[in-house]
Amino acid sequence: MSATSGGRGAAPVGDEPAPASEPGVTPASGPQAPWWSRTVRLFGEANPLVLTVLAMLSAVVLGGVLIDATSTTVLHAWSRIGSHPGRALSLTVTTVADAYGAIFTGSIISPSAVSHAVSTGKGWTGVFTPLSETATYATPLIFAGLGVALGFSTGVFNIGAQGQLIGGALAALYAGFELHLPIGIHLPLVVLAGAAGGAAVGFVPGILKARTGAHEVIVTIMLNYVMIYLLDYLLTVQPFQQPGQTNAVSRVLSGTARQPHLFGSGLSVNLSFILALAMGAAMSWFMRSSTLGFSFRVIGSNPDAGRTAGMSVAKVTTLVMTFSGLLAGMAGMATLTGTDFYLSSPYGGNIGFDAITVALLGRNKPVGVLLGSLLWASLEYGAKNMQLNTGIPVDLASVVQALIVFFIATPLLVRDIYHLRQTGARGVQLFTKGWSG
Amino acid sequence: MRLELDAITKRFGSLVANDKVSLTVEPGEIHCLLGENGAGKSTLMNVLFGLLHADSGAIRIDGGAVRFADPGEAVRHGIGMVHQHFMLVPVFTAAENVVLGFEPTRPLGLLDRRRARADIRRLSVEFGLEVDPDAVVETLPVGVQQRVEILKALQRDARLLILDEPTAVLTPQETEALFSIMQSLKRSGRSILFITHKLKEVLSIADRITVMRLGKVVGATTPQEVDESELAAMMVGRDVELVVRKAESHPGEPVLELRNLRVVDERGVAVVDGVDLEVRAGEIVALAGVQGNGQTELAEAVTRLRPVSSGSIRLAGEDLTRASPREVIRAGVAHVPEDRQEDGLVLGMTVADNLVLDIYDVAPFAAHGVRDLARVRGNGETKLSEFDIRAPSADVAVGTLSGGNQQKVVVARELSRPVKLLLASQPTRGLDVGSIEYVHGRVVAARDAGSAVLVISSELDEVLALGDRIAVMYRGRITGIVGPGTGREEIGLMMAGVTVPPAEAPSTAGDGGAAGAGDTGDGGPHAGPAGGGAGKASGDPAPGKGSTR
Repeated sequence: MSATSGGRGAAPVGDEPAPASEPGVTPASGPQAPWWSRTVRLFGEANPLVLTVLAMLSAVVLGGVLIDATSTTVLHAWSRIGSHPGRALSLTVTTVADAYGAIFTGSIISPSAVSHAVSTGKGWTGVFTPLSETATYATPLIFAGLGVALGFSTGVFNIGAQGQLIGGALAALYAGFELHLPIGIHLPLVVLAGAAGGAAVGFVPGILKARTGAHEVIVTIMLNYVMIYLLDYLLTVQPFQQPGQTNAVSRVLSGTARQPHLFGSGLSVNLSFILALAMGAAMSWFMRSSTLGFSFRVIGSNPDAGRTAGMSVAKVTTLVMTFSGLLAGMAGMATLTGTDFYLSSPYGGNIGFDAITVALLGRNKPVGVLLGSLLWASLEYGAKNMQLNTGIPVDLASVVQALIVFFIATPLLVRDIYHLRQTGARGVQLFTKGWSG
Repeated sequence: MRLELDAITKRFGSLVANDKVSLTVEPGEIHCLLGENGAGKSTLMNVLFGLLHADSGAIRIDGGAVRFADPGEAVRHGIGMVHQHFMLVPVFTAAENVVLGFEPTRPLGLLDRRRARADIRRLSVEFGLEVDPDAVVETLPVGVQQRVEILKALQRDARLLILDEPTAVLTPQETEALFSIMQSLKRSGRSILFITHKLKEVLSIADRITVMRLGKVVGATTPQEVDESELAAMMVGRDVELVVRKAESHPGEPVLELRNLRVVDERGVAVVDGVDLEVRAGEIVALAGVQGNGQTELAEAVTRLRPVSSGSIRLAGEDLTRASPREVIRAGVAHVPEDRQEDGLVLGMTVADNLVLDIYDVAPFAAHGVRDLARVRGNGETKLSEFDIRAPSADVAVGTLSGGNQQKVVVARELSRPVKLLLASQPTRGLDVGSIEYVHGRVVAARDAGSAVLVISSELDEVLALGDRIAVMYRGRITGIVGPGTGREEIGLMMAGVTVPPAEAPSTAGDGGAAGAGDTGDGGPHAGPAGGGAGKASGDPAPGKGSTR
């Protein structure tokens, strides 16, 4: 299959396609089949939604096995299975249930906190704290994930979200302490500055690729280092460094440059979360309904056809990288203005790289990125609660995260495990296309 | 080998791709399996070769029932398959490819290259399959790569060879060479199952013919019993117009003017070398030539996808020599690219989106950078019926359509805006008879509507059927421009670079082999009666649209 040399290897449609359109060959269960039958069929199919859900299920099951296998109490109970068989089995189940339960209560909602709030009428803030923290944690992931997904779906591999995030954070920081304006003007300016900072860092690999063909993967990875060390340097010089400090710590944002909390100061979730949702909606609209978004999609899936149709591949490549950087820059802006209020070096944790994972989880669709970010954030945040309450190390949550990515990235494996029907190559096509693009 | 397929049925979900298909291939027989794209030919062959498994039915070899779990078993039973898209390792030599998987070894498992080469030489001589064993496959012409594939099958002692659309990728000369190879294989007692949708080829080489349509066998016959139009009718299921009907052309003002056009490729070779060409409104100029003589580059230069080194391109008086592809489109050039899947369509996107690929950002499909999705979809549905595109709806991915319907999408899109020049490169390559008929009709209609039309084709039948004037290109130059009444041999010689004054044109009936004249050996009559292409429907049964590659 891969070793074609005579024909075009890329042509997925060979000699015998499009059977459904042939007259006389009517599919037996087409639109005529009752709705329930079609729905059942849908769940047996290897479509992206089913595959994603099953991938997560597989990861959770395998993660559960690992939790048991690393639990000394469970192992001890199994070693004495002869005398207490019931105990070994029940411990096996409860240990896993407790672990996942702790992740759930820590990141989404805790039934005990709810009953406490209901009975006493107080502590409602505590009920919503996990959700609020998860949303806050997810906010920069959504921004950066959207940026990476925009690139992926257009055939551009932006591995530089981390650097663009720093660029956005630096620009937002500068606007945030240097300007002195009322919040209604200051905060929007800071948001714009963050977007512009990220866009500037994204523009560089874009224009280099368009003009010289330099591969964006290499350039963005290298630019990550440039930005990491630029931040390191800037935080030790004026005007960025906090006066009186010798460490690499920045000045603090003015109060007018900070995101207002959405539900009072008790809950960390702030305006940037709404902004992230809005950007997701905007991107969804942009790709579907704008002419520019259409040309992005065309160039992303077949640059030759785009060129023949009069589109400029160079222009689109540059713009895609710039937009992608813009979104990643907003991630840096969001953590700075939403939770941190100052920069330190290194900055941004692992967001720039988790963004790649989240984009893959969400199959490069804005809604998918949103859900993927929330899932990722709840695992990250809930894991802390799991360690606190059950003593299972946080690392096991990371293992579950890794397993989810593993199963998401191997749709054929998932399809075979669950004996799903094939829905044509497109349904399970590996979405990491475009390394060579 | 005597091969029997008995009532083979293969379903894909609810679709019946093969419905009780039966056929028998006798030893030493060339058996043609004829059918349009989508008729179920490839499915049947994949069942036979063990790539797919039949839901019911039996395969018998020399009377004994067999079941192949995988292609390896089919190979061990003496079945060899040459796929339409070759299964070769491009960076390996011919010898290495031939022995791949069945390598002769010396002690310690070392590869016995000498024996591999000797094997190839022996087979080459035996069947007239000239291949240099040490040539790296990717450097070989397509026709020779195909010989490597055939050698591969022979080296594994294939007694029945399946050739899946083998001529789709070949030049006329290569097709000739392939046919003589097939004859020598037949003489050696091997059977050949030859899959195609080209009528002329079938009539010239087949011993027996089985015709498939919509997954069923609709007829079995021999070349002696049928002619081209009967075969076409069996294959398509209705009577097919094998001749292009067109009235005399009434050329108007020059639309496309190429002056001393030169295009230099990446290696610095002048692939278009001083071309002067004029195409007038209301005429079809057919640019003939063996593939690779600069036609592709000429088309790319005109559409501004490739830089021009010197010379000029003018469209209706406007200088487009330095324009962008977008400006060329806006100036009124419709372009049907040579490779529709590569350059003409985005296979993963919907039919509706593909129908506006080059007008997506202008009224009525967009305003102020916002697309009017309802209009795009409405336009899609309209074009489906207007251009007879067979698709369940305009919302399906264009990649799920058959080749003919994909080409109709391209044609529909290009003709749906004001067209001054229609530039169609190999417009019917790989299409089935029905689609060819349709596309040709549209090209002629565009001419009659007053557009200038430049058709680039390496298929002589198509050139003769469509051209009001015929320009022949050889090694980057136009070797001559002749009228439509010109004989095949003369044009064939011009295609081979021989400039023949019309008076001395040889009229001897030859196979035109040296000229590469696309005549696949049935000695088909000269297309296009003298007198300017009018009244072609009379008297001339077969200018051979059916064999268009």
